Amino acid sequence: MLDRTHRFRRASKVAALLIGVVTLASCGDKTGPNNKQNALRPAGPYARQILHLTEPFFWIAVVIGLGVIGGTIYVALRFREKPGEERSPKQIHGNTVLEISWTIIPALILAVMAVPTVATIFSLAKRPTGNVVNVTVSARQWWWQFTYTDAGNGVVTANELHIPIQTPVNLTLEGPPACSPTPCYANGVIHSFWVPALNGKKDVVPGRTSFLKLEADKVGEYFGQCAEYCGLSHADMRIRVFAQTRPDYDAWVKSQIAQNVSEAALERGVDNADWACATCHSFKSKVPGAVAPNLTHLADRTTFAGAIYKLNYDNLWRWVYDAPSRKPMGDLQSHMPNFSAAGMSQQEAKKIACFLLTNTATNPNPPPECAGQ
Amino acid sequence: MTTVEDATALVHAPEKKHSRLLDRPRATTGPWSWVTTVDHKKIAIMYGTLAICFFMVGGVEALFIRLQLARPNGTILSAARYNEFFTMHGTTMVFLLGMPIAAAFGNYLVPLMIGARDVAFPRMNMLGFWIFACGGIFLYSSFALGGAPDGGWFGYAPLTSTPLAAGYLPGRGADFWCVGLIMLGIGSVATAVNFLVTILNMRAPGMTMMRMPVFVWMILVIAFLTLFAMPPVTAALIMVFMDRNFHTNFFNAAAGGDPLMYQNLFWIFGHPEVYILILPGMGIVSEILPVFSRKPLFGYSIVVFSGIAIGFLGWGVWAHHMFVSGLGPIAVSAFGLSTMLIAIPTGVKIFNWLATVWGGAVRLRTAMLFALGFIAQFTIGGLSGVMHSIVPSDTQQTDTYFVVAHFHYVLFGGLVFAVFGGFYYWWPKFFGRMLNEKLGKVNFWLMVIGFNLTFFPMHFLGFEGQPRRTYTYPSGMGWDTLNLLATIGAFIIALSVLVFLVNVIYTARRGEEAPADPWDARTLEWSIPSPPPEYNFAVVPVVTSLDDYWHRKYTEDDEGRLVRLPAGGADGADGDQTPVGFDPHSIHMPSPSYWPLIFAVSLPTMGYGFVFKNWYLLAAGVIVAFFGLVGWGIEPPTEPEPHGTEAH
Repeated sequence: MLDRTHRFRRASKVAALLIGVVTLASCGDKTGPNNKQNALRPAGPYARQILHLTEPFFWIAVVIGLGVIGGTIYVALRFREKPGEERSPKQIHGNTVLEISWTIIPALILAVMAVPTVATIFSLAKRPTGNVVNVTVSARQWWWQFTYTDAGNGVVTANELHIPIQTPVNLTLEGPPACSPTPCYANGVIHSFWVPALNGKKDVVPGRTSFLKLEADKVGEYFGQCAEYCGLSHADMRIRVFAQTRPDYDAWVKSQIAQNVSEAALERGVDNADWACATCHSFKSKVPGAVAPNLTHLADRTTFAGAIYKLNYDNLWRWVYDAPSRKPMGDLQSHMPNFSAAGMSQQEAKKIACFLLTNTATNPNPPPECAGQ
Repeated sequence: MTTVEDATALVHAPEKKHSRLLDRPRATTGPWSWVTTVDHKKIAIMYGTLAICFFMVGGVEALFIRLQLARPNGTILSAARYNEFFTMHGTTMVFLLGMPIAAAFGNYLVPLMIGARDVAFPRMNMLGFWIFACGGIFLYSSFALGGAPDGGWFGYAPLTSTPLAAGYLPGRGADFWCVGLIMLGIGSVATAVNFLVTILNMRAPGMTMMRMPVFVWMILVIAFLTLFAMPPVTAALIMVFMDRNFHTNFFNAAAGGDPLMYQNLFWIFGHPEVYILILPGMGIVSEILPVFSRKPLFGYSIVVFSGIAIGFLGWGVWAHHMFVSGLGPIAVSAFGLSTMLIAIPTGVKIFNWLATVWGGAVRLRTAMLFALGFIAQFTIGGLSGVMHSIVPSDTQQTDTYFVVAHFHYVLFGGLVFAVFGGFYYWWPKFFGRMLNEKLGKVNFWLMVIGFNLTFFPMHFLGFEGQPRRTYTYPSGMGWDTLNLLATIGAFIIALSVLVFLVNVIYTARRGEEAPADPWDARTLEWSIPSPPPEYNFAVVPVVTSLDDYWHRKYTEDDEGRLVRLPAGGADGADGDQTPVGFDPHSIHMPSPSYWPLIFAVSLPTMGYGFVFKNWYLLAAGVIVAFFGLVGWGIEPPTEPEPHGTEAH
């Protein structure tokens, strides 16, 4: 008996130590890295609402989980049979009171959980009105298009979403438009829009329109990416959100609507050897490209190609030269082709990159390599 | 031997009314006996062996996935290869490990546990195995024949259903995937029907439903689930294949099709499928815990009913896989609440298991360690599952590494641990030798450490924004360390599986021979020799209570304490109930056959015909199938050698 007590003490010590370590480990760095894509570091009311709902249940789960794990270790050690010992334990076949109580108690906990859960579902589904910004989100393999649909707006941009702070942004998530001739199949796949710091995710489904809202508290940059598997470059379909003060945002909208260089001049500039860029891309502000991003204000963006590359001279000319080697695009029917295979020289690609960096910027600041091009 | 055989053939020749072609195969030893066997135990061993092979193939795929993700911007795999590997990893673990391993344990144990000599439909049983084998090989042949499946194990339309020409997915993989899964589904349904009829009709006298071991109950529940879950997914797969190859528009939104219809159909299968995978694990644990605690299962009936409740509720929760698909707040609220309900019967089981061990005489043998590991780890998976039912939380967690952590805690920490526990527990019964305990403990602890190191960090990775199914991630996201830990953990898991294999080989060569009842166990399979003879029970047992075999060995005193019955007071305490003068040949056992195999082989033949639109191959497959079914239908029911000149 003495021995058993001793073993029991040792077991409790082990269990206590384990529980302590796990608890410390989970309290140590509750929020994880500040990578701008972290659901544990919400930057707006909707993401915060979700986290506040999750947190208490997370801790309930931690307590129950540690209880069961601790319990498992406890029963295993406490009732362990010594070598050579043969006990005849009391044969307990069940206990109705116990069994009913551990059916009812979890049911009660769940009932308590259900109330705020349903309330939050409906609250997050509510479409804000009044001072809001409306943006239509289209998802393509493998990039995002944002169209600002408010009166007096009409900006079309790719991968980078600018929003005013402390203002609800209503996103209309729209599957690709029906293609012609109907029926045809160039109609896209399911993607999912997700910027963890601003809200949960929502799928963009062909043939459907869904709603998601964002709001940021403070000026800052927030990352996101496609969260529904959408083929080869699913990992290369990222999002950047720039939350700006209202005046900055208004100025940005104005700059994006402006057509600094005429559409014709832009097309001529990139298309000097008949590469047919305008077949897919648009060079007119407010007008989306057929299957590729609008490039009128390309140089105002910080990234390109699904926000996987920083927009700079080096990355851009290599992309123009041979995009498929820079981002897996497989056999996709319409994607940025390998122009080098079609006879484009590196010199030519560099020239196009310089042209774009110079002529699609609101405040042109061409890189030194472009001097003289 | 040959001479004797020829001689008998000669003697019987004039009596033959059918052609030799229809003769049933005779081999009882050697490879051919395995190929043509209808013995549920041999079929079970083949199921288990092949499933473990696929487990290792899927594991190697996982190791490559982890190597690719060990560092940001990994270059071990191309995007295309990565997508193939994660798709085939999931498909393999669900369809080529999870379901067949349940069929393996179920096949071996259900007849023994209910006191039957075989299953209800031995040849259909054989068919189920060979379809599994053919389907698995068919799926993997895609790697050499134009690209492996790369649309995810869930194969969402329209990614998978759009014709190849659009290039949404490179290669023929999605075609292989559709056809392969339809094929495997046929095998699963055959197996399920067989289990259902066996359990409902072939129980020994006195083996009432409420005296059946929990494991048998769980097999019964998953047989029902399989039977009803396969049709919707088969329909969905046919639609995907039609859309892809014959330009139908089931899921083509541009022509009025609906991509969400695919999700509904898939998850109406997919969620019950999750329970098809985990319930046998729960059954195994419910067998192991009482034996190694020397106590009856606490609240047998509530554990059984919880399993049934999970089976039923499993049909009402499918849309929780679609919380971000845009179903609207009313639908997601309803499915969120129904998902929470699942936690109640699951929790009941966990508490009952703990109460079973409580106060027992606990022997921490390897099997018991795995069962205890199941409880702890499955609980973590269950709790993170409840977190998914909080729909707004799920909109952050779904499609991230949090989900990967969640279902690996259920399916690896749960199911795989139960399976390994089952191996250590029943190995002596299967093969007549005890797996080595020292190696077993190394196996267990390596697996616990490796598993938790791999999957626990993934909870955090998910919250910190890492989506699943991505072949790479940029540096500077703060995910590097946890991903590296996960990769190290994956290799520790691989090491533990290696230790298991070493143990298997060691045991086969030098393992301690197992008595009939090495664990002092409770259920009928331990009342017969290890390994059991072909006919299982020399005398069909008459069952008088739950844990009947235990009650032949023990009784309880007034205080409920265990009292061993005097030796000889109960029959079969030494496991051998064979009556004196017993003649095994007096028991009529089903004869081997090769027709189910011929029919099974026709399926991949047709499959290749469909995938490559080679109508000759398709026609050949149809002819072989017809041939197989007709032969099956008209082969004589009698044994090839009714007078038993051959050694059995």
